[in-house]
Amino acid sequence: MKVKKTLAALALSAGASVMSFGALAADTIKVGVLHSLSGTMAISETTLKDTVLMMVEEQNKKGGLLGKKLEAVVVDPASNWPLFAEKTRELMTKEDVDVIFGCWTSVSRKSVLPVIEELNGLLFYPVQYEGEESSKNVFYTGAAPNQQAIPAVDYLMEENGIERWVLAGTDYVYPRTTNKILEAYLKSKGVKDEDIMINYTPFGHSDWQGIVSSIKKFGSAGKATAVVSTINGDANVPFYKELGNQGISSEDIPVVAFSVGEEELSGFDTGPLVGHLAAWNYFQSAESDANDKFIAQWKKFIKNNKRVTNDPMEATYIGFQAWAKAVEKAGTVDVDKVRTAMYGIKVPNLTGGMAEVLPNHHFTKPVLIGEIQSDGQFEIVSQTKEVPGDAWTDYLPESAKIISDWQDPKINCGNYNTESKKCSGQNF
Amino acid sequence: MNAFSRILANVQLRRQSTSLVVGVLFVVTLYASVCNLLLSPDSMFYVSTYTITLMGKYLCYALLALSVDVVWGYCGVLSLGHGAFFALGGYGMGMYLMRQIGDRGVYGNPELPDFMVFLNWDTLPWYWFGMDQFWFAMLMAMLVPGLLAFTFGWLAFRSRVTGVYLSIMTQALTFALMLAFFRNEMGFGGNNGLTDFKDLLGFDLQSDNTRVTLFVLTATFLALAFLVSRFIMDSRFGRVILAIRDSEARARFVGYRTESYKVWLFVYSAVLAAIAGAMYVPQVGIINPGEFSPINSIEMVVWVAVGGRGTLYGAIVGALLVNYAKTRFTAIMPDGWLFALGALFVWVTIFLPQGLVGYFEKLLAKFKNSNGGGGAASPAGAKEASS
Amino acid sequence: MRQISAILAVIIALAISCTAWAADEVPAAIDAPIDAAVYEKLVLLTEASFREKVGIVEEMADSSGQQAVLALQILLNSQLYHDEEGNQEFYQLVQDSAGKDQLYNLKTGRLAPDLSLKQLDKVRTNNRLRKAIKQSIAKIRLFKGSEPERLAALQSMLGDMDADNAKLVTTAMSTEASESIQELMQVAMAIYRAGAGAEEEKFAAIKTLQGRLEPEVRAALTGLVESSKGNKVLHAAALKALQTTEEKVEFYGFVEKLFFGLSLGSVLLLAAIGLAITFGVMGVINMAHGEMIMLGAYTTYVIQLLMPNHIGYSIVVAIPAAFVVSGLVGIAIQQGIIRFLEGRPLETLLATFGLSLILQQAVRSIFSPLNRQVSSPEWMSGALEINPVLALTFNRLYILAFSLLVFAVLMYVFKKTNLGLNVRAVSQNRDMARAMGVKTQRVDALTFGLGSGVAGVAGVALSQLTNVGPNLGQSYIIDSFMVVVFGGVGNLLGTLVGSFSLGIANKFLEPLTGAVLAKILVLVFIILFIQKRPKGLFPQKGRAAE
Repeated sequence: MKVKKTLAALALSAGASVMSFGALAADTIKVGVLHSLSGTMAISETTLKDTVLMMVEEQNKKGGLLGKKLEAVVVDPASNWPLFAEKTRELMTKEDVDVIFGCWTSVSRKSVLPVIEELNGLLFYPVQYEGEESSKNVFYTGAAPNQQAIPAVDYLMEENGIERWVLAGTDYVYPRTTNKILEAYLKSKGVKDEDIMINYTPFGHSDWQGIVSSIKKFGSAGKATAVVSTINGDANVPFYKELGNQGISSEDIPVVAFSVGEEELSGFDTGPLVGHLAAWNYFQSAESDANDKFIAQWKKFIKNNKRVTNDPMEATYIGFQAWAKAVEKAGTVDVDKVRTAMYGIKVPNLTGGMAEVLPNHHFTKPVLIGEIQSDGQFEIVSQTKEVPGDAWTDYLPESAKIISDWQDPKINCGNYNTESKKCSGQNF
Repeated sequence: MNAFSRILANVQLRRQSTSLVVGVLFVVTLYASVCNLLLSPDSMFYVSTYTITLMGKYLCYALLALSVDVVWGYCGVLSLGHGAFFALGGYGMGMYLMRQIGDRGVYGNPELPDFMVFLNWDTLPWYWFGMDQFWFAMLMAMLVPGLLAFTFGWLAFRSRVTGVYLSIMTQALTFALMLAFFRNEMGFGGNNGLTDFKDLLGFDLQSDNTRVTLFVLTATFLALAFLVSRFIMDSRFGRVILAIRDSEARARFVGYRTESYKVWLFVYSAVLAAIAGAMYVPQVGIINPGEFSPINSIEMVVWVAVGGRGTLYGAIVGALLVNYAKTRFTAIMPDGWLFALGALFVWVTIFLPQGLVGYFEKLLAKFKNSNGGGGAASPAGAKEASS
Repeated sequence: MRQISAILAVIIALAISCTAWAADEVPAAIDAPIDAAVYEKLVLLTEASFREKVGIVEEMADSSGQQAVLALQILLNSQLYHDEEGNQEFYQLVQDSAGKDQLYNLKTGRLAPDLSLKQLDKVRTNNRLRKAIKQSIAKIRLFKGSEPERLAALQSMLGDMDADNAKLVTTAMSTEASESIQELMQVAMAIYRAGAGAEEEKFAAIKTLQGRLEPEVRAALTGLVESSKGNKVLHAAALKALQTTEEKVEFYGFVEKLFFGLSLGSVLLLAAIGLAITFGVMGVINMAHGEMIMLGAYTTYVIQLLMPNHIGYSIVVAIPAAFVVSGLVGIAIQQGIIRFLEGRPLETLLATFGLSLILQQAVRSIFSPLNRQVSSPEWMSGALEINPVLALTFNRLYILAFSLLVFAVLMYVFKKTNLGLNVRAVSQNRDMARAMGVKTQRVDALTFGLGSGVAGVAGVALSQLTNVGPNLGQSYIIDSFMVVVFGGVGNLLGTLVGSFSLGIANKFLEPLTGAVLAKILVLVFIILFIQKRPKGLFPQKGRAAE
């Protein structure tokens, strides 16, 4: 039975080596990077991992922070949602990181949330999302719905005189919430029920013939029609290909997308898509010195002249700069002190303006509307001033009552109900 | 060596392995729990909460692997859909935990979970009723997967769907369920699933005590499941199951209603998987349709194959080892871990058809033979051609 | 067989005859100074908002007519730049044959060699402006364009038949020689009259409009039905005309759905048929089958990289290339792994699953995890317009034809060649075949290579429809299994029938239930169907079945 004992010992030692970790030297500031490098989300998230690494490298060239070097700790949650929680715990307790940059999908963030709140960590989340959340331990550097969806719809209404709307999305939380908000908003603008068509498709949907054909029919009723697309990632290529093939041009039925950026476009032939729109807070084509520098730095770092930059990268950039500034201001990496130092910090964004950290853990961001060009870039056709991110939308009845303010000592929570004057939800 | 002495040796071996598995489980669990709760974090022997939750998760996977082994290793039914039972069990627990949040959700609605509030639902769907009662939720967590397994098994085994056909059908089953649970209209939280749990039976899920308790409970369930499975396999019922694996037609001609044996075994296995799922959810803090994904179900089978099937403890060893390797590799070489994992599968199936356990047992037998012991034959020999 | 080839011939003929689709040509570099009056208007564009630009463009077209077309086209194609300093200099940006940027001064009509784009600003356009430009160009072209240009111009005016446009059309009618355009002009006038004419004119308009399928016609009729509520006779006539049209539209909608179903079926067929060979004939579950498809798609990508100037031919080259690449990888898998697992199908499943992980990660490491861009050749984009409500997209048509062709070739291989005979023999009774001198090892390797190669060919087709990325194969593997099991293992005809019936079922369910539920229902149906008929639609007969 020796062998079995050896086996058991093997299993035991395996467990033990998980447990054993030496005392950590505190001569570096550790930056956790929690982006999927394998699995379905690797396609989007790998870029953000590289962005963080680039920012860390740059900061170290400047001499680091507080006289210490930064050290990036990269882990792979492999597009597996429970693994995101596990890896967060690993980063926080085993690696003892001082801040985490990570997550892309809402579900990964939701999975990380309980852990990061329990261990009082700091997460910078760099992707546009559905809102309805404001955690003490998370800074949302991407757009909230009011920083993307509503200005885009306004643009279409005013500039293109759109009267009929197709809200097409992948069936998950972000499109559902965004479309709910848009529906309420459109109705408040006098759009009738029969002029709104809502359609949901599964992840990675590839056969768009029927849906595109029904959009075409919906759009041939004599009123100017537009599609607001919250279609996610992989499903976009076949969707746009089908649009092109069925001869729907951007002049007939423009499509405005919230999840299609430069990186996604680099996967397709943009010829037939010219003129379709996207709404983001950043486009690579934005004209500013900071942006030129950033693009040059990125191409050098990634050693590929063809790589593009996109909105989540800018969000990562802003988040990183704001964090670095807050650490300098607080003089420590202690989470609570950094968090308090964050509020009100202003850092330049890449579109020539400033991003301010708000007490609801969101940022001020300009809204840019771009039209797709044949080279895969966007022509910016509209740019607003910086809009403050709203964690709780005013267009859903339950959410309109709630506000978030982590600075005001009287409120000091992420979901303060203005009717009942109480906080609820996580970490109150 | 005659057949009788071989069986005798097998029985002996099995007894030894049983006590070993239960013993090791007991010692490790006790050690980890005590070290976590009683020692200060500075102590050399301190076991961190991270390790506890990680080990708790592994043990859930081990239980799941055990459930796969019961049907595959002993009955030759390769289910590529056990993730479905696991996830359904998890959803049962998740629904209970969700209801326990009460008015502590972000919108403060005492009745509805958050995801229903922001989709403007005004009443709880009927299938959520009663899920705030722990006993009812747990009953459902086992009953629903059990019933599904029964219906599916009854239909499939009765019409003699076997081999790869059955595997593909189980895969289709879990795939269809995954698509269904992804739909927000289903009322299970869509892609995000259920999360943001607060407490279980009044115990705070984030406290160390609760975590250790859950971990100990998981270990206990695993040990119990192991013992019960061993008992079943040693019983008359188990003998028939083995006979079916080796030649279903012969067993049928001898007069056994093979399909009912298979159905009940399938149901038993599904319930084990569901328990694993129910234990898994409070420890990882989330359940979502990703658990239904066919890839996950294949991975489970691979754990069993790596450990060695048809031995019960092989499944446990396999689940622990592969998942430990996964944890390590995703940290050390994130870009390359799929290479390692893929290569492991190929290597094990070609060179270690009986898994690691089978390999070591063979080595052991050789060692004993050369020492002139000659008592224990390789149990692997008895399990040839079980596909 | 003969029917299939006849269908093929028709489709190809149709496709060829319709490739002359009207695209907006990109204007070449100018060779003479631009009209001075037009130039004056251009100056106004630099400071204007998009809304003002629309007005300027319309004015430009009205006052300068044909002279403005070139400037408008330059603007339309985002070639128009002006200097940053406000010197009112305008330039046209053209890429020369080497792809280098060249700027032509619009005032002089000459090349401005030492100017760089950095010193210039683009005159920006947006959708609305482009629409206005196109309409303006259309108005001019209604008189002066070539026949397809005139037709396109008229079509773009149908939705906007106000008094001005009606006047234009009436004038153009007197000089129009083409009959089909004349007919459409009548329709255009009827649309106008249905809205603004006297009562008799409205009746006449209804007569003209009845049965026409243009969406603008339907909109006009719907408008007439609404507005004629006071006049019962007119109302009834309009309603009847509308109903006749709707009935026709419904019929074509049915045809369209059928086509969508067939097209989905053809994708399933391509994805599954390779699996049907390896699974059906050898009893081997190849979980890496999806990755063979993926390899085919990546081969297409590589071929396009190698011949960037001949995208049109690259697809044709990619088909054999993908067959060879995937086929060789398939043979390697068979020789390296599956050979050792003979008679243990479930283990093969696990080993090939491991392999699929390796292949995916390999592609991720080599080509990056991002999706790769595979361009569609010109002849595959666009649609075959049968009438205004029914257009069949070329890529789908080609893929449908291609899948049938692949099927026919495979049928031929299996029925008529020596290899096919051996394969059938081995699949029916391996031991007996070996006893008769068939080299089963070799047959296995070739069969597996054939199945994998066909999967690679499917990858070429799929690269035209969907993402080329590491996850490509994953999304088709389960569907492929379903098709093969449903159709009956070991039967290529079953795979054909299975894939088309599942495709059609899916597409007819989709509008009723939504895409997700349709897929779930189809899956559940297959699960139940297999309980009823465990061997699929077309079970293999004889001893091999046990």
